[in-house]
Amino acid sequence: MNGRAVAVRAGVRRGRIEFRHTMTNAGELVGWLWLPVVALIAMYAFGDGPVPGVDFPLGAHAVPGILAMNAVFTGLMGLAMALTMDREDGTLLRAKATPNGVLAYVVGKVLGKAALTVAVVVLVLVPAMLLFDGLRPGRASTWVNLVWVLVLGLLAVLPLGAIVGALFGNTQSLGFVTLLIMGLVAVSGVFYPITALPGWVQWIGQAFPLYWLGLGLRSALLPDALAAAEIGGSWRHPETVIALGAWTALGLTLATVVLRRMARRESGSSVAARRDQVAQRLD
Amino acid sequence: METGDNQRKPRVVRTRDLRMRYGSTDVLKGVDLTVERGEVVALLGPNGAGKTTTIEILEGFRKRSGGDVEVLGVDPDHGDEAWRARLGVVLQSWRDHGRWRVRELLSYLTLFYRPYRERVFDPDELIGLVGLTDHADRRIGTLSGGQRRRLDVAVGLVGQPDLLFLDEPTVGFDPEARRGFHELVRRLSGTTILLTTHDLAEAEKLADRIVILVSGRVVADGTAAQLAARIAGKAEVRYRLHGEEHVLSVADSTSYVRELFEEHGKAVDDLEVRRASLEDVYLALVRESEHKSEAVVA
Repeated sequence: MNGRAVAVRAGVRRGRIEFRHTMTNAGELVGWLWLPVVALIAMYAFGDGPVPGVDFPLGAHAVPGILAMNAVFTGLMGLAMALTMDREDGTLLRAKATPNGVLAYVVGKVLGKAALTVAVVVLVLVPAMLLFDGLRPGRASTWVNLVWVLVLGLLAVLPLGAIVGALFGNTQSLGFVTLLIMGLVAVSGVFYPITALPGWVQWIGQAFPLYWLGLGLRSALLPDALAAAEIGGSWRHPETVIALGAWTALGLTLATVVLRRMARRESGSSVAARRDQVAQRLD
Repeated sequence: METGDNQRKPRVVRTRDLRMRYGSTDVLKGVDLTVERGEVVALLGPNGAGKTTTIEILEGFRKRSGGDVEVLGVDPDHGDEAWRARLGVVLQSWRDHGRWRVRELLSYLTLFYRPYRERVFDPDELIGLVGLTDHADRRIGTLSGGQRRRLDVAVGLVGQPDLLFLDEPTVGFDPEARRGFHELVRRLSGTTILLTTHDLAEAEKLADRIVILVSGRVVADGTAAQLAARIAGKAEVRYRLHGEEHVLSVADSTSYVRELFEEHGKAVDDLEVRRASLEDVYLALVRESEHKSEAVVA
């Protein structure tokens, strides 16, 4: 077998090993779960009011949006933080010193974070289905839609995480990206129907993948009548595929360029310089 | 020199007029370096001499500003993955893969070398070689500094490399860990190794040949014995004359002392003659070269 094929297989192994490390680390798992859990509890406690124009509680309506928000957080920020930290501790450099190691590294990181994102979605979705009335776990279409929306969403979001992780030199500056995502949450109709927002804000929301991921998950989990609360009164599946596909294409193209540049620049001295920066911050 | 012999041996590393410039600072000012198969060469020099820069260029991690470089017959700037598979790299400090277990990481890494190398270390054999058998299932993040360094060497050896780079392998070690590490390196005899160190004793202990690098220039290149011979004749003479202390470095200490007694007789007191050690040679070379390059800057 040639070196690159071996590296892809090694990458799958890397992804599996790192996924296991995360799932067996209670602290890290809590780190990924607290945000959706707090959001769910809040919606459970205060989401008794109806969705405007439809007889359906706001709390259950927000569940898919919370899942989407958390998928973006885990996939995008998880990958970005991993890439940044791995440059601080030399993991990337180790990969560079190994034949075809960077290929395996990227494959492993992406698969590991994809698996983590799916796991976190499932861990939140299962109790949510028991907790909230009105979600539709009994339909086959629920699960079909859930799978394709989640796959497309991950394809759109993970390359963005790779780009962010490659561009930001240290984990501290990633806080800025977290703020951006918070802003996106506000304009993407996560907790409340986007149709309640002014038209220009709706356009901003629709420009980013979070809205489309949320819309797709609502189409999967909510009764069809709820489409009335969406823009155009429809789940807009074709548009969802186009929007997430476009982000995927853009993200993959840019990520390839940016990751190459990141790997090329890596050397022992750059790891040492970054470590010194970290040490200074801690002083 | 035995040039005839040298030409028959294949060169593993060869640089000619290697130069590196960061902004307006010249870090390497024309380094000529060769390493032959089976040789252990120590690149010795004070901090900031350019040792790590040199080694990073040879590893293909950094593009040089000028000069010719060949590592295993290939320019490192154009080295492909098959070339990379022939190298073992142990950088100054690693903290990576802290959550992986020792055996987990080593067996993961062996995968990459199989398509390129005839023989790849069995992970457990390698763990035994570096003395980590009792720690094979430990998380890497919980290893001590010395154990971690042994693991780094094991990682460098996974693909049975034709050339192993060791950059400052024992920085921060206590004497016992250092001795253990030196034993490990000696166990690798037959492997071509280029190591950097600022510890002369370490270079003397491990290397067949020492190349002294100061301020981006090679100021001496030879075996420990050859280097010592460079000022072996010189000795330090210390004495007191009429109560006043004198310290001198002289080429022929025996005749100097004879003349001293002939002239002053009993007025000479507290006489001490000391041969220059390798360390004196090294320190003298460093002082001299640093002084020269400061003069150039001024």
